[in-house]
Amino acid sequence: MTFAKTLTKVIGAATLLAGVVALSNLTARAEEEQPNPTRQQWTFAGAFGKYDKAQLQRGFKIYKEVCSNCHELHIPIRTLAQPGGPELSVDEVKALAASYTVKDGPNSSGEMFDRPGRPSDYFPAPFANPEAAAAALGSAPPDMSLLAKARKYERGFPAFVFDALPVPGGMYQELGPDYIYAILHGYEKDEDPNWNAYFPGHKIAMAKPLTDGQVDYTDGTPATLDQYAKDVASFLYWAAEPTLEDRKSLGVKVMIFLLVLSCLMYFTKRTIWSDVAH
Amino acid sequence: MHGLSTFEPKNGVVKWLEARLPILSFGYDSFVAYPTPKNLNYWWTFGAILSFMLIAQIVTGVVLTMHYTPEATMAFSSVEKIMRDVNWGWLMRYAHANGASMFFLAVYIHMFRGLYYGSYKNPREVLWILGVIIFLLMMATGFMGYVLPWGQMSFWGATVITNLFSAIPLVGDQVTVWLWGGYSVDNPTLNRFFALHYLLPFAIAAVVGLHVWALHVTGQNNPDGVDVQDIKKDCVPFTPHATMKDGLGVTVFLLLYCWFIFFTPNYLGDADNYIPANPMKTPPHIVPEWYFLPFYAILRSIPDKLMGVIAMFGAIAVLAFLPWLDTSKVRSAKYRPLYKKLFWGFVLVGIGLGYCGAMPAAEPYVTASRILSVLYFGFFAVLPILPKFERTLPVPATIAEAVLAKSESVKTAAAK
Amino acid sequence: MSTATTSTEETSRRDFLYISTGAVAAVGAVSVVWPLISQMSPDASTLALASTEVDLTSIPVGQIVTVKWRGKPVFIRRRTPEEIKAAQDVDVSSLRDPQADSTRVQKPEWLIVVGICTHLGCIPLGKQGDYDGWFCPCHGSVYDTSGRIRKGPAPRNLDVPPYAFLTDTKVKIG
Repeated sequence: MTFAKTLTKVIGAATLLAGVVALSNLTARAEEEQPNPTRQQWTFAGAFGKYDKAQLQRGFKIYKEVCSNCHELHIPIRTLAQPGGPELSVDEVKALAASYTVKDGPNSSGEMFDRPGRPSDYFPAPFANPEAAAAALGSAPPDMSLLAKARKYERGFPAFVFDALPVPGGMYQELGPDYIYAILHGYEKDEDPNWNAYFPGHKIAMAKPLTDGQVDYTDGTPATLDQYAKDVASFLYWAAEPTLEDRKSLGVKVMIFLLVLSCLMYFTKRTIWSDVAH
Repeated sequence: MHGLSTFEPKNGVVKWLEARLPILSFGYDSFVAYPTPKNLNYWWTFGAILSFMLIAQIVTGVVLTMHYTPEATMAFSSVEKIMRDVNWGWLMRYAHANGASMFFLAVYIHMFRGLYYGSYKNPREVLWILGVIIFLLMMATGFMGYVLPWGQMSFWGATVITNLFSAIPLVGDQVTVWLWGGYSVDNPTLNRFFALHYLLPFAIAAVVGLHVWALHVTGQNNPDGVDVQDIKKDCVPFTPHATMKDGLGVTVFLLLYCWFIFFTPNYLGDADNYIPANPMKTPPHIVPEWYFLPFYAILRSIPDKLMGVIAMFGAIAVLAFLPWLDTSKVRSAKYRPLYKKLFWGFVLVGIGLGYCGAMPAAEPYVTASRILSVLYFGFFAVLPILPKFERTLPVPATIAEAVLAKSESVKTAAAK
Repeated sequence: MSTATTSTEETSRRDFLYISTGAVAAVGAVSVVWPLISQMSPDASTLALASTEVDLTSIPVGQIVTVKWRGKPVFIRRRTPEEIKAAQDVDVSSLRDPQADSTRVQKPEWLIVVGICTHLGCIPLGKQGDYDGWFCPCHGSVYDTSGRIRKGPAPRNLDVPPYAFLTDTKVKIG
């Protein structure tokens, strides 16, 4: 029995030690690195989230006028018209597509040729290839089609547990848009346009891309950097996750169905086992 | 547990088939009349949950194969096409990716249940070893499946894990080149991983068949760990009793699974895997999927390459020796106070190792994972000598007696 | 007496529970099948596939040009006056698939048909066969200069795809 007690104590102490050691200099680490982005309110967050179509359209305008000069957005133009997105009309999308020049071919004489874009085309890239982009800009800007899902920040314990759960302040899946929003706000040093508070290491290749009043809004929304950052982050989340509305609305139905089935199953099981001692 | 078949064909066609292929009586004896200990709790529904997950993974996997292109320049964009263009493609992919996590979650619960109730002990050693083989096959399948989207974490995960084999003395480098089909992870590697990822689930299904066969020879263990004495008193027929209970277990598990699919589909994945693979740039922080983290922590805890790899594979291999390491005559931890504490300590060690595995390879996590790795193997080292120090509680003679004692204690509690 | 009634009620209550559980579970199983079937039909990118535009200026009279539309061959035939006459002079009621030539062309000079034999999907050879239209080498179907079936096993005339003349020299198929 003494052995038992000693053993229990050793295990307990060692586990505790490991835990304490692990947690001890978390704070120390946080000081050296960039601050975490703050959580924003997004219409597409939560179990019933939906995109704000006007916001996506504004975000698209920012992409078109600013981002697209350097960044590729590898998604088909036609998706702007599909349900659960910016929902431009089919004619608007056709006109938009036709405003791009797309390389096609080879034709019957074996040559590549330019033609006006069609809705089924992808948004053309600003550079022929990443190497050309890197040669022109210093480093190749990332493709934006999945950017909002490809960026996140460390949440740490125990926050990351609640991020998955349907509790108040939980269900946090919008780390990417928050990161993009924070980056656009992170150019805090006027003397250095490539210094960003939220970028790991603080040296970002992209110089401050957006300032107040840079893009005209026609729907009366304030033309501020803060609004731009929200709109473009929303648009990029849609670009990365165009089926979000379908997914969440189907999800609600599936959960209700499973809850009903679980109750029925429970009562059936109880009835079947009612004459068995167990 | 196999008595004479109670299946009596009445229909002429059934009689005809029975005389030629007795598949109906086999199914009836195995899944209808099959005697199930009546004291099983809900931890025993994970066998059914795992069968369900295996089928779900194979079905969604076959669907994804219809749209996926296993070629280095197209794999990433074909997955994006599944997500954007294919009808219900997003559902199939999220179900498959999260399904892998759910499969591992269920298998870990299933394994810990076996550990707690001593389900690996005589006469169920072969049953247990088949389970360890399934677990190994699942790990190989899960790893190769994660490579297929050809994102940054796919590529660098594949690079790191295949480099483990370069630790083999003398032939390590040749083996690695052979695994890759080149001088680095590239298109040939992706192609063979795809072929094997498609093949292995069927191998798993075959070993699951053996696992169920072995189970039906020895019969199920139960929470009290006592053998079935009298089928009439100790057992209930599998259908409808166990079928219904399993059905309920599967449905409740589906709630969790669907929560991940529909509301937090990328929570368990890594954001870096939405960046196409770039052989020229390693992501700053390489982590495997969560279900590999404890073993990854053991690998990293040892500063020697070969020893690290041996320790990692040893951590899995040691499970196969469990039936002989644990010498206690009592099966269930319910009647083993010391083992019970040790068990929960082991669970904590596993979780702690998982946490360390997710953290960067820096202090304090290195020291923490070293301590925890020692404790992990310590659990297995202590088992053989444990019975010398353990005073076990009185074990009920039969399942019926255990059930009676339980219902009486409930009654007494109610009376109070 | 009262016990008997209770047990009957009990039984029917049980039956109701079992049936509703089974029915709800069955509805769930069936709903899962739909996405598994639907995923195989053409995806959004295929449905959005662009139409094909063809410049007609380079096609001489009497020539057949094959262009690709939705992965299928489309024949564009600039018919000679004799071919047009041969196509128009047929007694429509004598045909297997009765269609007047005028219903198959927008401009008599240009015949545009999907180049797939309506028998079993082979590509027929141009300017061959008894009617100088098309001849399918697989099973010997013979089409005339309007792409109508005249002999052999094919049941229907060659299909006419949707098309529109954007200008006199440019046609958009699809």
